[in-house]
Amino acid sequence: MTAGATTTEGLLRELAPRALGAVARRSGDFAAAEDAVQEALLAAATRWPADGTPDNPLGWLIRVAARRLTDEYRSEEARRRREVLAASWSLTAPAGPAPGEDDTGRDDSLILMFMCCHPSLTPGSAIPLTLRAVGGLTTREIAAAFLVPEPTMAQRVSRAKATLKASGEPFTLPPPDQRAGRLRSVLHVLYLLFNEGYASSGGPDLARSDLSGEAIRLARGLHASLPADPEVTGLLALMVLTDARRPARTGPGGELIPLAVQDRSRWDRALITEGITLITGALRQGQPGEYQIQAAIAAVHDQAPSHAGTDWAQILSLYGWLERRTGNPMVTLNRAVAEAMVAGPAAGLARLEGVRARLGGHHRFHAVRGHLLEMAGDGAGAASEFRAAAAGTANLRERHYLTAKAASLPPGRTGDAG
Amino acid sequence: MRFMLLQNYGPVESDCPPMPEWSPADIKAHIDFQHALNSELLERGELVDAQGLAGPEQARRVVSDGTGAPVITDGPFPEAKELLAGYRLVDVDTPARAIEIAAQASAAPGPDGMPIRQPIEVRQVLSAPDPEL
Repeated sequence: MTAGATTTEGLLRELAPRALGAVARRSGDFAAAEDAVQEALLAAATRWPADGTPDNPLGWLIRVAARRLTDEYRSEEARRRREVLAASWSLTAPAGPAPGEDDTGRDDSLILMFMCCHPSLTPGSAIPLTLRAVGGLTTREIAAAFLVPEPTMAQRVSRAKATLKASGEPFTLPPPDQRAGRLRSVLHVLYLLFNEGYASSGGPDLARSDLSGEAIRLARGLHASLPADPEVTGLLALMVLTDARRPARTGPGGELIPLAVQDRSRWDRALITEGITLITGALRQGQPGEYQIQAAIAAVHDQAPSHAGTDWAQILSLYGWLERRTGNPMVTLNRAVAEAMVAGPAAGLARLEGVRARLGGHHRFHAVRGHLLEMAGDGAGAASEFRAAAAGTANLRERHYLTAKAASLPPGRTGDAG
Repeated sequence: MRFMLLQNYGPVESDCPPMPEWSPADIKAHIDFQHALNSELLERGELVDAQGLAGPEQARRVVSDGTGAPVITDGPFPEAKELLAGYRLVDVDTPARAIEIAAQASAAPGPDGMPIRQPIEVRQVLSAPDPEL
């Protein structure tokens, strides 16, 4: 790719949500506007590197997209669709700018984010729609990242838009009394997108790791729109502090390297510094939330000189807070690990028993129990747990890791697994 | 999450005869059903891939120790009924949805449009690990 193309691509992705915001607001038709802007972006991607970037690139995109939209409305088949559409939108959606908003679209990215992460959409639909409408990615790029054929992804996006249309969501910011709840949906979608990329980073899934970068970019945009929201800052900090460890997280063959044995000199110091600054500022506001606390835990790990030299007492108390706040038994698993590091494996194992009834069949329960039994010197018991965990996971690299873990321990006296 | 929906050459749960004994109209209806199901899955944004495999007569089994010439056995094999006949790879929101698609595929029409009750094996595709390991 030439430098010119890279510049154009970066510029287009920057301008995509602003162009879409302008066209969607003028037409009052988010779904059609989204298609038209996508076409305008594709046209710009081929024409700008050849003809030169126009003086007013945003104006160019809006003009071309608006023309596409007009053409679309003029065609006979589209006219019928529009009548149905108009009927569904006119009940709810003002076509003009809402009071207090101008047409240059300072809030557009934020409105788009609320739209694309609407609670009526499943994460599987909200994520690609967000990547397209806010992230400015093409359907082809999104399909490649999720390893599905392009027509399948195109359908997923258009169905998501149809669902939105049916929900009657107007193109404005949600009313103040709904904003906190809607923001939770947005944060959840970005969190899942980040995990999607992070979980598969390295090795044969390398392309998918771009999804984490995409999630960080979107979270940065959200943070720029809502700098005073501590949970938005917390989520961005969590992503940055987690991503800082990426270079050390996989071996040359793509195999997983757990936190305990990672080469910490390979962690990205600049990202760690940024993340710590973000989370420190957020926590100072005195409204702790789940993302902030997770970021705080990541920050403690990132600042530790070694696994043994980690401030486990602080991590234990942070997991205790998260456990009380969320009631999520998966948090208890992590708390048990911290407990073992603070008070010895017996304490961690005792903590695990508290969630056996709820999580006893889950592979993570077995994996954690395996680690704690190994700490306690029960190699045979640990191997048996690792084998159970390997059989239960739906993740290939995790299975490799757990199988290797079981094989590295002394032969089991239990011998109940192959 | 991804699921592989597999069907083999084993017996179906209805009493229907093998497909070569069906009427041409019934065979066409069956094939149309498969195409329609694939179109529906594509339209819902769930279809990753769907393929039928060549029959047991064309199957070959290859065994090698990595150095010498491989040992090649021509099909059909005695256990041909366990041979894979075709698959659908779907990307869905929930395991329940994969079961629902499998149930739909199982009820493909046979002679006189009666559902053949083809057994469909539902297998989750292993994916990348959770981030917090």
